[in-house]
Amino acid sequence: MALDRSDVENIAELARLAIAETDIPQYQTELSNILDLVEQMNAVNTDDVQPMAHPTDAVQRLRKDVVTETNQREKYMACAPAKEAGLFLVPKVIE
Amino acid sequence: MSLHNLTIAEISAGLAKGDFTSVEITQHLLDRIQQLDGQLNSFITVNAEQALAEAKAADERRAAGNATAWTGVPIAHKDLFCTEGTLTSCASKMLSNFVPPYDATVVENFKKEGAVCLGKTNMDEFAMGSSNENSFYGPCKNPWDTERVAGGSSGGSAVAVAARLVPGATATDTGGSIRQPAAFNGLTGLKPTYGRCSRWGMVAYASSLDQAGPIARTAEDAAMMLNVMASFDEKDSTSVDIEKPDYTATLNSDIKGKVIGLPKEFFRDDLDPAMAKTVRDAIAEFEKLGCEVKEVSLPNTHLAVPAYYVVAPAECSANLSRMDGVRFGHRCEDPKDLNDLYKRSRGEGFGAEVKRRIMVGTHALSAGFYDAYYAKAQKIRRLIKNDFVAAFENVDYIMAPVTPSPAFKIGEKTNDPVAMYMEDIFTLSLNLAGLPGMSIPAGAVNGLPVGLQIIGNYWNEAGMLNMAHQFQQVTEHHKQAPQTI
Repeated sequence: MALDRSDVENIAELARLAIAETDIPQYQTELSNILDLVEQMNAVNTDDVQPMAHPTDAVQRLRKDVVTETNQREKYMACAPAKEAGLFLVPKVIE
Repeated sequence: MSLHNLTIAEISAGLAKGDFTSVEITQHLLDRIQQLDGQLNSFITVNAEQALAEAKAADERRAAGNATAWTGVPIAHKDLFCTEGTLTSCASKMLSNFVPPYDATVVENFKKEGAVCLGKTNMDEFAMGSSNENSFYGPCKNPWDTERVAGGSSGGSAVAVAARLVPGATATDTGGSIRQPAAFNGLTGLKPTYGRCSRWGMVAYASSLDQAGPIARTAEDAAMMLNVMASFDEKDSTSVDIEKPDYTATLNSDIKGKVIGLPKEFFRDDLDPAMAKTVRDAIAEFEKLGCEVKEVSLPNTHLAVPAYYVVAPAECSANLSRMDGVRFGHRCEDPKDLNDLYKRSRGEGFGAEVKRRIMVGTHALSAGFYDAYYAKAQKIRRLIKNDFVAAFENVDYIMAPVTPSPAFKIGEKTNDPVAMYMEDIFTLSLNLAGLPGMSIPAGAVNGLPVGLQIIGNYWNEAGMLNMAHQFQQVTEHHKQAPQTI
């Protein structure tokens, strides 16, 4: 599948990735090549095959809905790049 | 014999006998890292002070009579296992400031035993790569020839062990990231069955494929490491609650009569003749040990690379969406709004290959494409798994090459992502099927190590280690050390 310039821009927007204008042609080529590679899957018919969710067909374990962690807010926030008064800082969202 | 040439088993025995202390061997290896790692770049972080403190505590624990086989033994962790209080960068600019507030379960397991962590090893960024060239901290060099790649993504773990900077290191394998660097560096590496080791605290790349495992010099050492690494963990929802054997207990079992399958799709006519000969010669050793060899077929092998490059990018695009510049990791300067914060933080923080995979995955999961890509790939996984299940009805193990060639030159494949992806053609199918696989040293081509891949049935790591150990009792390949070091 060959991607055009707007496809790459759209994917980058969906992925929330800023990419340089000048890099777009290279992404077009590289991503198109990768999609050509993966489309080799289409050579085989899989209409009657069940998708595999887990290699040993294990099911998701459930646990009791109880608190297992203690509150360590300051410790867990220590690696945040911008914080104030126990809150993560982001640019203004609501005017 | 110099302390750095000792295996984990020998160090464990030496500490128990009192031949040397943990502080002595830890200091010796730290000195060696300082002396040699400038040219190899296998470590991102060396924790000298903390390692010596852990060694001192281990010596005290031994004096108090509470030592285990691992107390005081030095190891290193791939820089994707979270280590409380120590940088865990995943070799990415994105996490170059990330000091986790907790330990990964695998890290905690080693701490409980009293093992000493020397530091964190280099890797491809977020474990995406086959050469260790995709590291924010620069490529790690192969000690057998420093113009060649270390392999990846666990290149630093492999190089540190090969260069005798540490006797064993943890690693992870999503598509070959333990086995391929082990092969390129003449080491023993094991990717366990999916669900054997806890993924808690491993920075996630592709969650349905990621699995932790050991890189060491011998099968015996790998067995000792797996004894610590493998555990059922409530905190990993895909961890499987299944009995864990003592992996060292069956190393010396007789392997006579074991049946080895050689998949014809892995020994194609276009396989490099020198590689094929090295691998076949190694398999002949197993025949001398009384094993029987027969051909098997894994007809969907050619679909592994295409399916992998849907599943892995799709899962990575979801997993890496947590890197948003808000809660941890790199944050851009002066964001003008929330979208700008996300886009520039991620654009600046991620390297080229990570961006490519996020974009492929985003495309594959976007509206209208899910069935054509992800659902299709999950169906192919079932076909690939069924091939192995059928083969294992007739054989005990499957053997194959690990890589199409020995370590390639640094820079040789960086401009062609698809060529780099084909590097993993022999390793990816196991991850898709969730099966365990090993790489053991099989010989050399042009002075560069070549690996033999041993593929076992689900949960049969003990049997694979037994096969590898018996091979290493009658061969010398695993004892070879790089001459440049």
